[in-house]
Formats: sequence, structure tokens, C-alpha cells
Amino acid sequence: MEDQNKSNQKKDKKNISRRDVLKSLATVPVVGAVAYGALKKKQYDHYLNSKIAEELGMSYSEPENKPAKMGGKEIRIGIIGYGIRGKQLTQGLGFVHPSKVDSWKEGAMNNKDDKRYSNFIAQDDLNVRITAVCDIFDTYGTMAQEMAANVNREGNGGKMADLPKRFLNHKDLIASPDVDAVIIAAPDHWHGPMTIEAAKAGKHVYCEKPLTWTVEETYEVRKAVKENNVVFQLGHQGRQTDSYNKAKEAIEKGVLGPVNLIEVTTNRNSPNGAWVYPIHKDANQNTIDWEQFIGQAPWHDFNLERFFRWRCWWDYSTGLSGDLLTHEYDAINQIMNIGIPDSAMSTGGIYYYKDGRTVPDVLTTVFEFPERDLSMIYSATLSSEMSRGKRVMGHDAYMELGNTITIFPDSRSTRYADKINEEIINPSQPIYSYIPGKKNVDAITSATESYFANRGLLYTYRGGKRVDTTHLHLKEWIDCIRSGEETSCNIDQGFEEAITAHMGTLAYHHKKQIFWDAENEKIIV
Amino acid sequence: MALKSLTLSKFQITWLVVLRVAVGWHFLYEGLVKVLNPNWSSIGYLLDSKGFLAPFFYSLTANPTILSIADFMNQWGLVLIGLGLILGAFTKIAAYSGMLLLAFYYLSHPPFTGITFAMPTEGNYFLVDKVFIEFCALAVVTVFPTGNNIGLDRFFKKNKNY
Repeated sequence: MEDQNKSNQKKDKKNISRRDVLKSLATVPVVGAVAYGALKKKQYDHYLNSKIAEELGMSYSEPENKPAKMGGKEIRIGIIGYGIRGKQLTQGLGFVHPSKVDSWKEGAMNNKDDKRYSNFIAQDDLNVRITAVCDIFDTYGTMAQEMAANVNREGNGGKMADLPKRFLNHKDLIASPDVDAVIIAAPDHWHGPMTIEAAKAGKHVYCEKPLTWTVEETYEVRKAVKENNVVFQLGHQGRQTDSYNKAKEAIEKGVLGPVNLIEVTTNRNSPNGAWVYPIHKDANQNTIDWEQFIGQAPWHDFNLERFFRWRCWWDYSTGLSGDLLTHEYDAINQIMNIGIPDSAMSTGGIYYYKDGRTVPDVLTTVFEFPERDLSMIYSATLSSEMSRGKRVMGHDAYMELGNTITIFPDSRSTRYADKINEEIINPSQPIYSYIPGKKNVDAITSATESYFANRGLLYTYRGGKRVDTTHLHLKEWIDCIRSGEETSCNIDQGFEEAITAHMGTLAYHHKKQIFWDAENEKIIV
Repeated sequence: MALKSLTLSKFQITWLVVLRVAVGWHFLYEGLVKVLNPNWSSIGYLLDSKGFLAPFFYSLTANPTILSIADFMNQWGLVLIGLGLILGAFTKIAAYSGMLLLAFYYLSHPPFTGITFAMPTEGNYFLVDKVFIEFCALAVVTVFPTGNNIGLDRFFKKNKNY
């Protein structure tokens, strides 16, 4: 009793009553409740994550950025064709025209988010030099020389190296003793002859897709590359896309179960996307070597549209099949090793761009791979941007593939039936997502993250650096020249790509199913 | 300079405290979930910014150091503000800080006509959205700092007075 009085007195002294203490601390238990809730959520997420991760066995790390093999002497490169793609390829090598640097710098000054210049400067030095250029349009030929001399990646007025020699004919460039390797960015009907010429001269080759324009030269190109032991890379830069490597892993680990149907697509909706490229003001009969342009194509009188928009005519082009299907096919071949199909059937037409072109602007091709129990549909339009991506449909799960990967379980899956019953797997939620640039890969990605990724808000990174896949693809080729290793899109992959594309085109022309005789390596029309 | 207790009815105080604690609960839970997720980053949200301040929010993502500061401020800022509001400790500072954070969220994702965001919303908003209402709620908390009645501020005040 006395004690209590004492303590009361003490409290009074401090002017703090029990009432005060209670009122001060009344809300403390709320903190406990919130913390309990947050911990429960974490445990639940972790439980689902680890259960699903255990089931799938997928890796969750981003690929690292391998440093370029800089060693050895400088590799001397000749560039054949300095049009739209040729300019992109030399940029991937580390060379652009000074005026381009100026325009990038100006862009960066006006807009802080314009990173073209800083990304280019940050690109790895590949220890190469462009020692020879060839373009049959004089303006591009001169520009190519200036680009190659811009070794310090500067703008106009910067310190240039000596101008490399401009060759008027690719044969002379290939024969030049100053060239170790060539990059071919000429029109499709020149890919085969130029690659054969270069391989026979012992020069390494990076060739734009598709590998060939005719079926016959496909065999000759393969023979020339193999016999002469040159390092060959076909220009499907998608080989470097992170998400495709993850997709390959998913297929190898059987995450999707048996896959019987694949759908790949092209959706474009602009004149540029439909190959209606601008015509250069300096172009005329005096500045263009028209005869060389024609090459093995059927003769046609000088025509600027045909020169700049050659993809619109079968005379020089391989159409949607060679131009855009090949990217899609190569991606699936990279992921699933499907090889050459047993058959192809195509339909389509010129339905929107009635501008005198001969190649279709709408095309659907169905490839059959009976040995793999698999059909692949390609469908393309040049007059709608409704993007459909690539879809790989398996019995247990389906995958949507682009720069990101999303794998959804199938509600009727056999493999995941138990986990779906136990409510560990929710068929309406992805079981695996890969979003490049995200801090880490997770089995469970929040809805927010998927939305951001699908809107292209997260970029392709490697080792925390934004990268250009064309640069990576060229880098791999250069590295292989130095190390003697095999490129990812080598001549065998290229052969499969070209034959597949030709089968699709032949089916379109002949309006019938075209078969592949695998034993004799012959297309049967 | 002595802080006065509010002379309000019990009901009035009760509901003001409930409002304060509810907002605090929301802040603390949001903060803890982010702190407990090692992969959480504000980058997606910042990159989805729209409106006239969008370039500023994009610029935060450009530099990894600034981005990690933004992440840290979001995670622990939310936690500390939540704790302050629930416990009624430094109530005014917590409420003002909370208003500042909410102002950033509002300005990066303003509910204006003609602007759509990657994250779909579950309702329809024009100028006034949930962030704005939570902002108003915290403004009420700053003018009725009930931490002096129910909360640790009462304890601090007493000690100070003595």
C-alpha cells in the first residue's frame, strides 16, 4: 500500500499517469498487426516462388556481358553495300559517318533521354578497322569511305584517319590483300555470289539474311564456306537476344511439355516497313552502276524505285519469306533446333501495296515437322501493327516470346495438375517471366511488372548495360575469327534457314505443298 | 510554445485517430512489402510517368545511384511515415513527409483526361484519385495532430513540459 503510494507520487512527479502511458501506447499493437501481415505475405510469396521454381528447374540469372576478345592484331574488314542495313552494321562495328555523330550529339543536347550517342560511345571496341568499302551508288561509296575513316568516333571536323580505298566492284574488294573479312549488305540476289567469291578467296564472311536468293546457290554457298574453312556468320542478330536463350532453356527442361503448334508473325504498318524506302536525290544513271546492280537478275531498264526499293520485286528480293519469316524461323530454330521442315504450304497476295511490286504483302505459310510432331504457322501482314509475337503452345504450358518471356500454365496440364489442385499454380498467372533489365528473374512477377514490360518500358540489358543485338552478333563473329570457335548462326544454320524460306516461297509461286527430301537434300516441287 | 491537447469530443478524437492510423497502416504495409522484396525497384513506376513532370521522373532512372536513392527513400520513407502515423510519434512531421511522397506519386501519374498508364486502375478518376484523397487525409492529420491525445507525442509533450 505504501509502495503504491510512493510510486503514484513518483508518477505524479513526472506528471505521467497510467492513463497517459495507455494513451501514448494505445496504437502500438497496430504496428504488430501490419508487420505480421507483411511477413505473412512475404512467406506466402516465397513459398509459391520456391515451389514453382523447384518444379520448373529454370535458372533465374541474366546473361553476363562477355568482354570482346581484343587480343591479336587488328582485323581488317571490307564492307560491301552501304545502304540502310550496311550503315547499321558498321555502327555495330563501331564506325559511323561524322554527320551521324553530329546529329546524335544534337539530339542528346535537345533531349536528355536521347541516348544514341552515349550508347554508341559505350559500345565495346572490337579492335577492327574498315580498310575497304564498296557501294555502286557514288554518294554511298564516298560516305562509306568517310565513315571508315572516322576511327575516333567523332563528328565533322574531328580527327580522321586516311580514307580507305573505295572499290567499284566487290570482286576487287574481296581480292584485296588489305582485307581479312567482309561484311555483305547487298541486295538478296547478291548474297550467294558474294559469299562464294569471298569464301573462295579465304575471307571470313558476315552476310545479311537470307543466305541465298535461289535454291541452287544455297548448296554452293555451303560448300564454299566449308571447303575454305572461313568463319561465317549469318545476320540474324536475334541469336543474341537474352530471352531466346531463356526460351531455349524452358524447352530443354520440358517446362512446356509436348509442343505441337507454334505461331510466328510479322506485323508492320508503314511505307518504310513495307520497303517503300526514300529515293536519294543524287541518284541517277551517272551515279549508279546499274549493270552491276542487275547481276544475275533478269534485265530491266534503269529504275530508281527498283534500286532503292528492291525488296518489292522478286527479281532481287526473297519477299516476306526471305526477309522477315527468316528472322522468326531462325528464332525458333535457335530455341528448338527444328531444322528443315518436311513440307511447306503458302498462300497470300498483294492486298494493300498495289504499287507495282511483285512480292506479296500478306502471307501465310504452314510448315510441317512430322518427326517432331510439330506444325509451325507464319502469318504476316504489312498493313496492320496488331502485334501478335511468337507463341509456342505446349500441352503443359504456353510461352509468349518477344524481348520478354511469359510462360502460362495450361489449365488442363498433366505435369502441373497436382500443383494446380494444391493452388500453388494458378492457371491465370504466369509460372515464369523473364523481363530483361529487371533486377532479377522471378517465378512470380507482379501484374505491374508485366504491364510495364509489355509496354516496352524495360530495356534489353546485358551486365547492366543497354546493348544493341547487331553489335553483339558482329562481336561474336569477330571473336570467332580470333578464337576459331563456331558462330551461333553458322553456315549449317544458314542452310536450314535458306532452304526453309525457299520452300515457303516456292509453295506461294506454285500454289501447292512443297516437300523436302532430307535423304537426298532436295526440294521436291 | 507548449502544445495543447485538442479539445474535441471523444467521438471526434476517435475517428481522427482511426483516420491517422488507417493511413499509417497503408504506408507501413506498402513500405514493408517493398523492403521485404529484394527485387523491388521503382524503375517501372518511374518510367511509366506521364504529364508535365514526366521528364524529371525519367531522369531519376537514368542514373543507377539516383535510382537506388529513390528506391531507398520509397521503401524506408514509407515505413517510417507509417510508423509515425500509427504510433502518433512526430505526427506532424510524418504527415507532412507523407504528403510530399503522395505529391510525387500524384504528379508522376496525374489523373488527367487523355493520359493512360501501364497499370490499369480499378475505377475512373479525373483530377481526384485515391492518392489525392489520401493526401487530403494527411492534411487533416496535420491540423489535428492527435498524437498528443492518443500516441507517443503525448508522452514526449509531457516530458518536455515537465
